[in-house]
Amino acid sequence: MTEHVRAVHPEPNMVQLLTPEGQRVEHPDYPLDITDDEIAALYRDLVLVRRIDSEAIALQRQGELGLWASLLGQEAAQIGSGRALKRHDMAFPTYREHGVAWCRDVDALTLLGLYRGTNLGGWDPLANNFNLYTIVIGAQTLHATGYAMGVVRDGAVGTGDPERDTAVLAFFGDGASSQGDVNEAFVWAGAGNLPIVFFCQNNQWAISEPVERQSRVPLFQRAAGFGFPGVRVDGNDVLACLAVTRKHLDNARNAQGPSLIEAFTYRMNPHTTNDDPRRYRALSEAETWKLKDPIERVRAYLTREARVEPEFFAAVEAESLEMAEYVRAGCRAIPDPTPESVFDNVYVDLPDELREQREEFASFVKSVSA
Amino acid sequence: MSDISSANPAVSSAPLGGPVTMARALNEGLRQAMEDDPKVVIMGEDVGRLGGVFRITDGLQKDFGEDRVIDTPLAESAIIGTAVGLALRGYRPVCEIQFDGFVFPGFDQIVSQVAKIHNRAAGLVRMPITIRIPFGGGIGAIEHHSESPETYFAHTPGLRVVSCSSPSDAYWMIQEAIASDDPVVFFEPKRQYHAAKLPIEPAGTPLDQARVVRPGRDVTVVAYGPTVATALTAAETLKVDGVEAEVIDLRSMSPLDMPTLLDSVRRTGRMVIVHEAPQSFGIGSEIAARVTEQAFYSLEAPVLRVTGFDTPYPPSRLEHDWLPNLDRLLDAVDRIMEF
Repeated sequence: MTEHVRAVHPEPNMVQLLTPEGQRVEHPDYPLDITDDEIAALYRDLVLVRRIDSEAIALQRQGELGLWASLLGQEAAQIGSGRALKRHDMAFPTYREHGVAWCRDVDALTLLGLYRGTNLGGWDPLANNFNLYTIVIGAQTLHATGYAMGVVRDGAVGTGDPERDTAVLAFFGDGASSQGDVNEAFVWAGAGNLPIVFFCQNNQWAISEPVERQSRVPLFQRAAGFGFPGVRVDGNDVLACLAVTRKHLDNARNAQGPSLIEAFTYRMNPHTTNDDPRRYRALSEAETWKLKDPIERVRAYLTREARVEPEFFAAVEAESLEMAEYVRAGCRAIPDPTPESVFDNVYVDLPDELREQREEFASFVKSVSA
Repeated sequence: MSDISSANPAVSSAPLGGPVTMARALNEGLRQAMEDDPKVVIMGEDVGRLGGVFRITDGLQKDFGEDRVIDTPLAESAIIGTAVGLALRGYRPVCEIQFDGFVFPGFDQIVSQVAKIHNRAAGLVRMPITIRIPFGGGIGAIEHHSESPETYFAHTPGLRVVSCSSPSDAYWMIQEAIASDDPVVFFEPKRQYHAAKLPIEPAGTPLDQARVVRPGRDVTVVAYGPTVATALTAAETLKVDGVEAEVIDLRSMSPLDMPTLLDSVRRTGRMVIVHEAPQSFGIGSEIAARVTEQAFYSLEAPVLRVTGFDTPYPPSRLEHDWLPNLDRLLDAVDRIMEF
């Protein structure tokens, strides 16, 4: 395999507010007014979602989950964008946005059902304004676009009332950027001046295919052809992701139309627990990206610049241990659904023909278990 | 917008006032649904200013505004996919697919998203989306404009699949489809849009029920959409020969109203199913299988299917041979009576 580090050289104009070494830097277009306490809170978010992720991987190894799609390396992109949302904004995730779910106050255990195989999602998208995970890549960008059409029709955009003006945040990846649905979503959002921010986590790899297989141009530049702004942000910099997403969500709420944010990051783990990246990428690539770790730079800043006491880090670590125990125990306690439940919620009211199938199935199950 | 009925009194009284075409009945049904529920929005290609290529949405944008009758970009996947988002936001979208053969770019969104989201969400959200598709042949069109893709959707759990065959059903069924909290794929027999003016009945039949449109004792002919007219003509012809055919308008392909079908075939002992869609694995095949399973001892003859052939839809000069026309249906009835 060719040893190359093509994925680690972003465009020089990539927005960064916190260097990999933990130095605060400024960007003229994206000022960020943030206190050290708020940065410490982001650090806690990052650590806890990484902990949820690593516990889920362990649970998959133990057979408690059938599969897991790890977010390792993408915590900053997800926490930064997730914390930019207001409560009444709507987020449309892929299947990897565990960090965004955390920001939307979705219980970690809620995410496990579909990976454990006990349900297909099973949460109310409107309960926390966090849509169901969508596995067909890119499909949700159209759902987000339609939701934004609804926001416009509700008059919930550009009123100047911060409690009313609403934005939509649509997540997708570098692989999905090739999907027709994503491009159709760009067309509609542009033509309709919709209040939506497309947030692409370019983690460099669509399973085994590098981003060069998807695009001849940097992904954020695609926005120009659709008539709205595109920006590349350091996806491992939680402050930059927060500032950039916040600004573009504000633009959306203020009726200034859609934007595309490309968060330049790296999928440190396999695509899912079933994947083996040794077959398609050099280990050295991940080693290089480790130096850009999204958590270490925040810790370095908090330690050196903000002079945060060691007790804070110890408290976060203790909390993450509690979280790990919560996820472990909670996952094992998720019961298997009953066989007959496959007939639930296919339709709002069960049609007679399905009722008959359910009864047949139930009596069959009973007869073989008797 | 609130003054539509008073501004245009002909509109509000027409459905029950006099005979109308199916196209007009659909237009009036859509109008009524939009008046009844401000969350109903119509979206599709050319549905606004033009009123649709078949004029089914004629005048609706003028009366309800561009926010409720939306001329969309030309992207079927997006027409369906954005309807999902609108439904999540509390709207009740009615999508128009311009022609049957153009639904396939939107197929993924229909079968993988629209049909499954209620189930994926454990019932916590609903997808009250209506997808209108003009379907069927016989209008001399070019490729992709005469197809009958209903089986794909009837095969997909989570969708309701229906078709109207008369102006009255068109008027009532489109309103029921829009009011349904399940997604409905609504097939409109385009050949019937302007075929006849008929009165609108004072009330509709529930969306998932078949209906005996002509009673008879000798043979059951099951049809839907464009073939109901063929079946009724066949029944008139057969009457001359002393054969009383019972014609059932299936109306709903998913779910199937088996009690109505079984009740009929238990009386007649014979069943012929007629549809324009290709034969194999079609609606007729499913009905034949269920009738065989559930009414085997009532059958005097094998269930027969009169359908389009298992070929691509032919060039239009051949379509009247390819379609299940009156002669082919009469031939099938002759065979089943002589069995």
